[in-house]
Amino acid sequence: MSVYEKFGFPEVTAEAAKGMGLSESEFEGVKKLLGRTPNYIELGVISSMYSEHCSYKSSRMHLAKFPTTAPWVVQGPGENAGIIEVDSEGLCVCFKVESHNHPSFIEPFQGAATGVGGILRDVFTMGARPVAAMNSLRFGKLDKPKNRQIFEGVVAGISHYGNCFGVPTVGGEVYFNSCYDGNPLVNAFALGVVQKENIYLAKAEGLGNPVIYVGAKTGRDGIHGATMASEEFNENSESKRPNVQIGDPFKEKLLLEACLELMKTDYIVGIQDMGAAGLTSSSFEMASKSGSGVRLDLDMVPMREKGMNPYEIMLSESQERMLMVAKKGYEDKVKAIFDKWDLDAVVIGEVTNDGYVRLFWDGEEVAALEAAPLADEAPKYNRPYARGEYMDELQRLPKVDAPANLQKVLEDLLANETIASKRWVWNQYDHMVRVGTVQLPGSDAAVIRLNESEKGVAISSDCNSRFCLLNPYEGGKAAIAESARNVAVSGARPRAFTNCLNFGNPEKPDIMWQFVSAVEGMAEAAKVLETPAISGNVSLYNETEGKPIHPTPTVVMVGVFDDVTKRIGSYFTSMESAVYLIGENTGYIGGSEYLATVHGYERGDAPEVNLECEKSIIDFMCSAADKRLIKSAHDVSEGGLAVALCEMCFGGDNIGVNIKLESGIRSDALLFGENHGRVILEIDVNNAQVITDLAEKYNLPISKIGRTCSGLIEIANKSEKVISAKVSELEKIWKNSIGDRMK
Amino acid sequence: MKAGVVVFPGSNCDHDCYHVLKHVIGAETVFLWHKDTDLQGVDLVVFPGGFSYGDYLRCGAIAKFSPIVSEVIKFAENGGHVLGICNGFQVLTESGLLPGALMRNRGLKFKCEYVNLRVDNSDTPYTNMYADGEVIRIPIAHADGNYYIDEEGMKELEENNQIVFRYCDENGTAEDDSNPNGSLGNIAGIINKKGNVLGMMPHPERCAEGVMETRDGYFLFESIAKFIGGCK
Repeated sequence: MSVYEKFGFPEVTAEAAKGMGLSESEFEGVKKLLGRTPNYIELGVISSMYSEHCSYKSSRMHLAKFPTTAPWVVQGPGENAGIIEVDSEGLCVCFKVESHNHPSFIEPFQGAATGVGGILRDVFTMGARPVAAMNSLRFGKLDKPKNRQIFEGVVAGISHYGNCFGVPTVGGEVYFNSCYDGNPLVNAFALGVVQKENIYLAKAEGLGNPVIYVGAKTGRDGIHGATMASEEFNENSESKRPNVQIGDPFKEKLLLEACLELMKTDYIVGIQDMGAAGLTSSSFEMASKSGSGVRLDLDMVPMREKGMNPYEIMLSESQERMLMVAKKGYEDKVKAIFDKWDLDAVVIGEVTNDGYVRLFWDGEEVAALEAAPLADEAPKYNRPYARGEYMDELQRLPKVDAPANLQKVLEDLLANETIASKRWVWNQYDHMVRVGTVQLPGSDAAVIRLNESEKGVAISSDCNSRFCLLNPYEGGKAAIAESARNVAVSGARPRAFTNCLNFGNPEKPDIMWQFVSAVEGMAEAAKVLETPAISGNVSLYNETEGKPIHPTPTVVMVGVFDDVTKRIGSYFTSMESAVYLIGENTGYIGGSEYLATVHGYERGDAPEVNLECEKSIIDFMCSAADKRLIKSAHDVSEGGLAVALCEMCFGGDNIGVNIKLESGIRSDALLFGENHGRVILEIDVNNAQVITDLAEKYNLPISKIGRTCSGLIEIANKSEKVISAKVSELEKIWKNSIGDRMK
Repeated sequence: MKAGVVVFPGSNCDHDCYHVLKHVIGAETVFLWHKDTDLQGVDLVVFPGGFSYGDYLRCGAIAKFSPIVSEVIKFAENGGHVLGICNGFQVLTESGLLPGALMRNRGLKFKCEYVNLRVDNSDTPYTNMYADGEVIRIPIAHADGNYYIDEEGMKELEENNQIVFRYCDENGTAEDDSNPNGSLGNIAGIINKKGNVLGMMPHPERCAEGVMETRDGYFLFESIAKFIGGCK
């Protein structure tokens, strides 16, 4: 009996292939590609590689629309993470955002924790030390106990992993909408620092070089996780809990230190983390990228439990593992470094040159697949797409009466979970470790200094998914524009973005249309704003019982500072400053939080984004920050002008604002409309002329709308006083809303 | 002053302490590996924050068995200066260099935020640049900072003026409202009877430079550097 036969694997049939997520036509294609029927191990490997999660089969042809190059881009999409240059001396940052939505619904704590672990590995695999983490989170409304449980678990999981690992979680975004009932989104972002000459790539080069497995042992957790992440949810999903991996941040911290120590030597030629589809994707990607081949002796893999077979080893998604190729003869030196950190490092194979990944057990070949066709030529679908017929109805703006008491509306909006302070969340994250966080959470962008120098980056994560539902093209543009605006408002020059495209089932033409439209909108905005995409991830099939989430293309934008002391915060800093508005209030309320919260409509076309104007705002803000002309600044987004003004008062110093508007727009629309292209500025009165001249230079509308004062928030339009409240009272509502709901 | 920052597996504020001591204070600074026993002639040992040995079993409980800690205990007994911050404070109580224990925060959650501290004893090597009763703002970041000690122990701490920092409001009043974790007597940091070993939950290294939210932590490092002497 052969070694393969001893495992007693089931027969390979179209039915078995379907069970692993391969369609009938894909299975036929595989047989044609191989010229034979794969064995069971091979089928498992192929089905993982062909999963939506690994192959991007529905999205690839559209992702090609993103701009991906610029003089400062060092590594674009295709590696574990993208890299841009921060200065002319080779200081680089490496970053990526990735989804962990499906696991986080099934097991919120571990799902979110391992999402953080995975993205951190993506960054340090490139040779970069992670110095900042963020996350974009979406949940159903907190009045449902299930949503509270998921929210609590996800935040605790992120806190657990990031805090122990020692990366500051410096911000992010949290949205609440009933479309995420049963399908929360957990998108984890990490950013690391690396010198250009020290970047490592996933390469398997040099015939006979040893392939070394490092890190945690392999267990049965997460088998077929990538396939699970490529399916819709139904009532059986909870039974998939064993598909969720368990994270150990302490182990990952050791792995980080050991890898970085190793990367300072010249012992290794390539390194790849084992993320989705574990050993399968890491070995095939390394082999195919280098055009070499790999032989793996799977019985050498350190195993956590007895009786594991090659199929399980290849598909396990156990965490905190890496695969590396060392130079021949340096095995012992590599092992010594891992020994120091009490980690396993085992030679499990070698680099070959026949283009195949060959798997052995007890010296017998149990599977052999050509790497390149599987890694590079996975199926690619141009799925049909069409605008849903329901769009006409959705885009029609309902007529609503103006509420009598706008102050009550303001209070309701400040208490709305999406707008309320996220302090309850970020208080649980260590956001200061590594002494780089020079802008604490709560501002428009997180600001991190790099290597304890004056150089730094600003990071902002944004996506208004309601806009994307109502108009995916404009919503996609808005996600890029708002994140870039937030970065610029903090004083940095936006340079590149990473994205996580969370959508429903792409086999439905209306969902595919959302996807294509959003990508095209993002691509257009990215071109105009000169911010290429350098990494990203796609998460499809975000549907539960056939109900899709709002299209949610999360964007994380990174901007660069020459001097972080020029950063701009978003809280008012002093009394008797002048308050200016850049941009114009149009009074458009389609898609606004106001329309949804107060009137119950998620309706109306999304506001249009004027990209030329957004570009000018960026140039203006960078120039003004460089001259230190601005005391604080905040962009106008969810909740409109009134909410933005309040948020600027909530820095804890009891500074209020006295605003006098002269507008013919109906007061509710004026206060709470969410049209783009607006920024509120706090200026020293002596700089008034300079700042208006600068705005004019960039053709930006600018108007003085008021001044800061002590303790009161007062807003009047013409002679009508619409808001008059104590800062402390409104701040209390805003600050305690989420914490009170979670008690 | 020559300072040594101990690196346990899982320490994650080691680089931060090293940076502040070396680049901000200007002290000669080295890392001390947990498996080593040579203190390299340092005048000050710092146990940094983090999750030593993953904080498995109990925070700081495994660290006390590491080779370096045995040496540091001897060093402290001979009058050497030892500073424990956050997880380092937990290591100090676990290893018996400081009395009491640090339990799970009463809110049960990890908490990271700036807090107000009242300096209750400025007559120590670590606080001589502060004034008694001064209110400073320093961040905390921990899940297990709830200081506990029995009645007798508390009496002793108070009699010997060993309570160095207490959580307080902006006016310096140390009441329950300003207690972030449930610590007995709002205790945030204590010193041993001899006055050479200080443990504190807040992170002074996170606010030791002008670019940070406050610079209040700088003076702690500057105090000990001046006390020991020999820094730039």
